[in-house]
Amino acid sequence: MFISGQKRKGVKVLKMVSIVINGKEVEVPAGSTVLQAAEMVGIDIPRFCYDPDLSPLGACRMCVVEVKGNRLLPAACVTPVFEGMEVNTESEAVIEARKTILELLVANHPLDCMTCEKMGDCKLAEYCYRYGVKESSFAGEKHQYAIDDSNPFIVRDLNKCILCGACVRACEEMTGQDNLSFLYRGFDRKATTAGDVDYIESDCVFCGQCVAVCPTGALTEKSMVGQGRRWEYGRIRTTCPFCGTGCNFDLAVKDGKIRGVLSNPEATVNGRMLCVKGRFGWDFIYNEKRLTTPLIKKDGQFVPASWDEAFDLIAERLNAIKAQYGPDAFAALSSARCTNEENYLVQKFARAAMGTNNVDHCART
Amino acid sequence: MTNPINEITEHAQMMLLIGTNATEAHPVIGYKMRQAARRGAKLVVCDPRHIDLVDEADYWLRLKPGTDIPLLNGLMHIIIKEGLEDKAFIEERTENYEELKEVVASYTPEYVAELTGVPVEDLYAVARLYATTDRAMIFYTLGITEHICGTRNVMSIANLAMLTGHLGRPGTGVCPMRGQNNVQGACDMGALPNVYPGYQPVNVDANREKFEKAWGVSLPAKIGLKIPEMFEAAHKGTVKAMYILGENPVLTDPNANHIKEALDNLEFLVVQELFLTETAQFADVILPAASFAECDGTFTNTERRVQRVRKAIEPIPGQANWQTICQMVTRIGYPMAYDHPHDIWKEMASLTPSMAGINYDRLEKESLQWPCPTLDHPGTPYLHAGKFTRGLGLFQPSEHIPPGEVPDQEYPYLLSTGRILFHYNVTTPYSGGISSVWDKEMAEVNPVDAEKLGIQTGSLVKVTSRRGQVTTAVRVTDRVLPGVIWMSFHYASTPTNELTSAVLDPVTGTGEYKVCAVKIEPI
Repeated sequence: MFISGQKRKGVKVLKMVSIVINGKEVEVPAGSTVLQAAEMVGIDIPRFCYDPDLSPLGACRMCVVEVKGNRLLPAACVTPVFEGMEVNTESEAVIEARKTILELLVANHPLDCMTCEKMGDCKLAEYCYRYGVKESSFAGEKHQYAIDDSNPFIVRDLNKCILCGACVRACEEMTGQDNLSFLYRGFDRKATTAGDVDYIESDCVFCGQCVAVCPTGALTEKSMVGQGRRWEYGRIRTTCPFCGTGCNFDLAVKDGKIRGVLSNPEATVNGRMLCVKGRFGWDFIYNEKRLTTPLIKKDGQFVPASWDEAFDLIAERLNAIKAQYGPDAFAALSSARCTNEENYLVQKFARAAMGTNNVDHCART
Repeated sequence: MTNPINEITEHAQMMLLIGTNATEAHPVIGYKMRQAARRGAKLVVCDPRHIDLVDEADYWLRLKPGTDIPLLNGLMHIIIKEGLEDKAFIEERTENYEELKEVVASYTPEYVAELTGVPVEDLYAVARLYATTDRAMIFYTLGITEHICGTRNVMSIANLAMLTGHLGRPGTGVCPMRGQNNVQGACDMGALPNVYPGYQPVNVDANREKFEKAWGVSLPAKIGLKIPEMFEAAHKGTVKAMYILGENPVLTDPNANHIKEALDNLEFLVVQELFLTETAQFADVILPAASFAECDGTFTNTERRVQRVRKAIEPIPGQANWQTICQMVTRIGYPMAYDHPHDIWKEMASLTPSMAGINYDRLEKESLQWPCPTLDHPGTPYLHAGKFTRGLGLFQPSEHIPPGEVPDQEYPYLLSTGRILFHYNVTTPYSGGISSVWDKEMAEVNPVDAEKLGIQTGSLVKVTSRRGQVTTAVRVTDRVLPGVIWMSFHYASTPTNELTSAVLDPVTGTGEYKVCAVKIEPI
């Protein structure tokens, strides 16, 4: 038996406790929450406000479980395990409680799932399906918020917000921008910007962390509106082309076209965090000013040319200049924006093909 | 960076930032710094501007632009005076300590306060904090390097880290945050005039012989020209032809009018680009380039981490950049043929010991930080454990070197330049979303100066230096000191680099973008 914090061969050995989940005895590290313990043994407990990258809130109550000896149903995301604990994650009482929570949420939700951007990636829809909730017995008023599409990047439809507060915590704990918080009370409670203004009027830096953590269609990427269902996108993991941080993300591709950038939690450097450029600046790819064909300048004007014509002219002129003035009359500028492989080829081009070490890039400028 | 990014949140007890505006230039690193500061790590920001992270900082040393060396010398002076230096580290791992002591001896807190504008008590507090914090990381960016004394600034930072033993362990180190996505990789790949891939000098016979054998040609031993020298040579007419891949020096290099004249003077210019940029306008032949989303390959980030770039869509110009380069070079007469970027990487890695252990199969499963010499090597998260590359760490102390051009009667304002969050150099202006919101330069001017000039936020002004003149809108803000105007360089409509200084760091050839003298006239 090892005690927490004790070191053995330099490795911290965690104290383990035995608990019973859904009738199965398992060993999990002391200090785990019930939700984490369940995940470790492959049991999925539904959750809205819990997010592994954010501080625990315990507000949505969707993750309630039954613990033997406890009259109440505690929230699994904030309840630590203890030796001998007996947990049931899908008891009758638990299912009843979850259904009630879902019905309460659905009572004030647009239920326009057929046109919702998040269909296929919405936790509310997923759990309603899982527990067979299709309508609510709680009839009442519904929010009629105006949709905030004031900016080019994020569509904010607070009618679909379930007040899990993930966006508020992401803004504060990931980015540290502190632009979002809960305002008002009761039915009017709202996760919104300071002063309840549109994103574009607020201190938002458009990192989109709020979009990445939102479990419903309340916050979505504007570029993806009407472009496809979430399951239709191929996700190509790649590295951001802007600054030197080296964030990874997925390009969401449908029909050979990029429609958006989605966070990839596996990203080594950044997790799900990105900035405005990485998440939303990729559309330069489809700028209509992209060059699509080689151009040759004739009488001061650029004229479209074939690759062959362009290569022939380059070969002729560079070889002539090299023959007349020597290899050092040539210089190559490579690029800190291009890949390693391209940079390798450019320096090889200058050195092996042209015979000069005149090769540099903008590291110094 | 000597140490990895994730040590900011995992190990650092203190962060000392000097000349780096992380939340704008490296946003995700900036977010991590903010997270660490809010969890209790100490944060010191040395910057003339009131950057975002100042609001999270324990100390803000608002030094005058161009006084980094006196500031660093002043901190070292106090550390030595109070006996807070790491004597064991100095003894075992460094040399030339006596000279350092001698040079910093004259940088008394009072003298440094006068030069830098930083109060004496703050100098004491920060010197003590850095020296006595076990795991402290230093970060810098172009605010350090883009000066006439950029190299000396960097050495002074290294001196401070060595003096206190803040190297070679997790949560310590000297961390320059590289600018572009692959500026580290472009250097690693030998896109430099003096070295082959992996920093193997071209003027060492054994290196040259190795590459000659691999490439089947004889190679030049003479070190090539750096960028400013290339443009100088084009001016003089000794460089006659250039090939430029994915760079736009007309907008991004200092003293832009000089660059334009140089390009104009070339007999032949090939540009491979995404767009008809300001530089491409000077070309004789333009080859259309493919974007990052259209190519397979790798980028190496600021912490030496090699990561995959994956082709998501077909190349818009019909072929990937590596194919275009290979076809062009083959036509010139040197055959270049590869089946896939992986083959290019393999050839490079076979010639580069520090990368020899990295290949695409491994990169499918993990990203790797070089040095990674063998296939079973896990990569190197932090450098200088136990030993420096050259053996002993060499203290290279410096005296104060003032900027090459300072305000005077005719040009009374100091212009400093940098990046803003919403743009990255000259690509993002082509992003419809970004450019619809952030569409023009907003030069920062202090309220005191705004009143003198009779201008408000939104006013248009003419900014003139000895080298050029641009028009810009202004934002009146106390983010900048009185007497200073701060501008970015992202907008073709306000080409700030027509103003910037022609003064270069003598070692690296880096321009002094951070300081030059201008005058401001309301329009």
